[in-house]
Amino acid sequence: MGPISATFSRLYGPRGWLVLGAVGAALFIVIPVFALAVPPGSAFHVSQYWVTLIGKIMCYAIVALAMDLIWGYAGILSLGHGLFFALGGYAMGMHLMRQIGREGQYQADLPDFMVFLDWKELPWHWSGSDQFWWAMLLVVAVPGLLAYVFGYFAFRSRVKGVYFSIITQALTFAAMLLFFRNETGFGGNNGFTDFKRILGFPIATPETRVALFAITGAMLIGTLLLGRYLVTSRFGRVLAAIRDAEQRVMFCGYNPVHYKLAVWTASAVLCGIAGALYVPQVGIINPSEMSPANSIEIAIWVAVGGRGTLAGAAVGAGLVNGAKSFFTQAFPEYWLFFLGLLFILVTLFMPNGVVGLADRLRGARRA
Amino acid sequence: MRARVFLVAACALLAGVPPPAAALDRAAVEKLATGDSEEKLEAINALVAEGDPRAIAVLEALGDGGLQAAGNRVLIVKGDGATDALTGAPVAPLPADREDVVANNRIRGAVAAALAVLKLVSPDRDTRLAAARALAGGADETVLPLVRRALDKETDPVIKAMLELTAATIELKGGDRERRLAAVRTLRQSASPSVKTLLLSVVERGKDGSFAEADEELRREAQASLTEVEGRLAWGQRLGLAFAGISLGSILLLAALGLAITYGLMGVINMAHGELIMIGAYATYVVQNLFRSHAPGAFDWYLVCAVPVAFVVAAAVGMALERLVIRWLYGRPLETLLATWGIGLMLIQGVRTVFGAQNVGVENPVFMSGGIEVMPDVVLPWNRIVIILFTAGVLVAMGLLLAKTRLGLFVRGVTQNRAMAACVGVPTARVDTWAFGLGAGIAGLAGCALSQIGNVGPDLGQAYIVDSFMVVVLGGVGQLAGTVYAALGLGVVNKLIESWQGAVIAKILVLVFIVVFIQKRPQGMFALKGRAVEA
Repeated sequence: MGPISATFSRLYGPRGWLVLGAVGAALFIVIPVFALAVPPGSAFHVSQYWVTLIGKIMCYAIVALAMDLIWGYAGILSLGHGLFFALGGYAMGMHLMRQIGREGQYQADLPDFMVFLDWKELPWHWSGSDQFWWAMLLVVAVPGLLAYVFGYFAFRSRVKGVYFSIITQALTFAAMLLFFRNETGFGGNNGFTDFKRILGFPIATPETRVALFAITGAMLIGTLLLGRYLVTSRFGRVLAAIRDAEQRVMFCGYNPVHYKLAVWTASAVLCGIAGALYVPQVGIINPSEMSPANSIEIAIWVAVGGRGTLAGAAVGAGLVNGAKSFFTQAFPEYWLFFLGLLFILVTLFMPNGVVGLADRLRGARRA
Repeated sequence: MRARVFLVAACALLAGVPPPAAALDRAAVEKLATGDSEEKLEAINALVAEGDPRAIAVLEALGDGGLQAAGNRVLIVKGDGATDALTGAPVAPLPADREDVVANNRIRGAVAAALAVLKLVSPDRDTRLAAARALAGGADETVLPLVRRALDKETDPVIKAMLELTAATIELKGGDRERRLAAVRTLRQSASPSVKTLLLSVVERGKDGSFAEADEELRREAQASLTEVEGRLAWGQRLGLAFAGISLGSILLLAALGLAITYGLMGVINMAHGELIMIGAYATYVVQNLFRSHAPGAFDWYLVCAVPVAFVVAAAVGMALERLVIRWLYGRPLETLLATWGIGLMLIQGVRTVFGAQNVGVENPVFMSGGIEVMPDVVLPWNRIVIILFTAGVLVAMGLLLAKTRLGLFVRGVTQNRAMAACVGVPTARVDTWAFGLGAGIAGLAGCALSQIGNVGPDLGQAYIVDSFMVVVLGGVGQLAGTVYAALGLGVVNKLIESWQGAVIAKILVLVFIVVFIQKRPQGMFALKGRAVEA
């Protein structure tokens, strides 16, 4: 990471905007047109499988951006970001469950799993979930509040480093156990699935899928710009200073708690939004999203792409998840070997990830 | 052979021993074979009332379906041979017109109870004990005289106490007032849940608010007895709970001990620690299989061999990890965490490839199965007891190693101040490798212990990783005492909440508690005191 003035001068250079525009055009024009207007037989047709897969990976990329904000720029490694992602997903899932109406297997007013548990009415935390605006509020507020409260206590008592990482892991583990229980009221093991419609539109049609895809793409680009704005601002510089020498920042008269808490909460909210976009596209949410293994995988997306580069994190999420889709179909038994090796090799040999590697190659060519 | 039997029989006759034919009640046995259900029950009671041990064979035959009737002769058929139920004399050839005597479930139940009563007078202590135990469940007044008779003869204090309780239970249900009062007082000594239920039925009010039992004195006595029995039951429960807590704590301690050493020494979190535990468990599995195929006679001792093997295998893997990966990441704890996680994933998949994704079976040696029965419903399993002792042994060995050996001195020195230790000539790099191997080896021992109480599968380590981190976080690093208190405390608290709110809630509450605790003492319970601001 070069001198601060070089890295943090403006949002993006002309080249950066060009690339961003190209990506935007691909997401909003090329893929939707190829998916909807081009007939299935054509070589240019983009199938639903690809729309869903890329949409899903873009949700992961948003999570990776959120992770890079706190890990790359504030030096806080969270092993519990899967929790915030899943909470956003659950908030969305509750609304989608209510949207099923009486078309479930039991044709009842209540969601199927509640009928199965022989519940007579909605539990209190489900009230309001039939309203879309309320669901959107929950998507933002639940991960945000949890992160704020947890972060306030953790940062105030200066829990940091691996200690913080491990406690976040315990947090998501505890939440997973909680959500596995049927009594918690979120469908237990099976979570939510079998959604029928969103905002009145049937959820599985190509048009709805492409619309969700485009919204996710917009969110991804928005997150990238927001993140870039944050880290190039004064706020971002203080964050980087805290990452590199927290004691000195304190002696300069800053209180690191506020800075860390702000970026930590923002990161959790972004994860929640990504989760809310993920659920209608993938069609299922269950407690295994909160497993510690899932959360730690997020860290490797960022590490592969390059910490503290934002765009690199999104690229890393795409690379790792693309590889995962490929491996789990072609050689399922080797995926864990590959992932494990990736963890080791990236940490040992590529501390700055793909972006760092590209920079080094470019530097070598110039010299 | 046959000639010898004849000879013995002849001698017996000559010596004037009464022939065994004269005893059993002919009418009862015949009714047993030919009567309807009611008559059969009567016949069973009649046989029991006589209290002749020879009736045992007849009733057992009735219970297993080996009793047959041929005309008015009753036969006990076993394999190809048969004996006369009344005389015990062999019957040959078998009569052609014989029919099975059928027993329905009600009769089978009566037969089981009757057998228990009859076995009370058996000369063999274990048979009597088993019979007394069987009767303690549910006996009715028909057996009371026999229980009393058995009581008169009984000399063994354990069986005697059991029988007294049984007699009191029967008398309380339907005796005269004096007897019931005496029975209520006798029941005071019990610690069994069924007695509690019985006493409750005496003191309870019915639906209309009136007492089911009219006699006030009896109620008062019953209440007093009930309080005592409940107190004893509660103690049993507390004892069981404390044991379960200590047992869980010892497992947590074993799992966390190695982690505490490496974290204290190098400040790195070894995410592959759970997988080192798993490797220890699989090493035990392999040793078990080798013993089974090569030395089946010594199978019970495979565990003695598995302990060092598990330690060495896990330690070797750990030292290799330290040399190949962790060494290159010093000063970057977060990256170390990710890299060791990756190692863990590869180890899981490696084991899955070699041994399959299914759980493998590890058997307890004979000396570790069963348990000690402290109270009627409190059993302390041997395997748990052995693990608690084993953990204590490992702890003592660790303590000695750290306190008395040169390596221990170095480890303590590097933990306290790495730079200063290096300055005075401690080979810190080598100490790291050895200490990491030691931590990994203890993880292997933990795996060996875990294989004795749970499933052994590739995901074994994942289940313990979060828990053992919590122990380290709670206990603080640098001192064994912190880890010990944290592990035992977490184990007991976990089991306490579990008995009250269920396992999942217990786990969640404990995790939340730790997160809150860290607010107060970010360095854990036992932090090294010093002036180091922060690394």
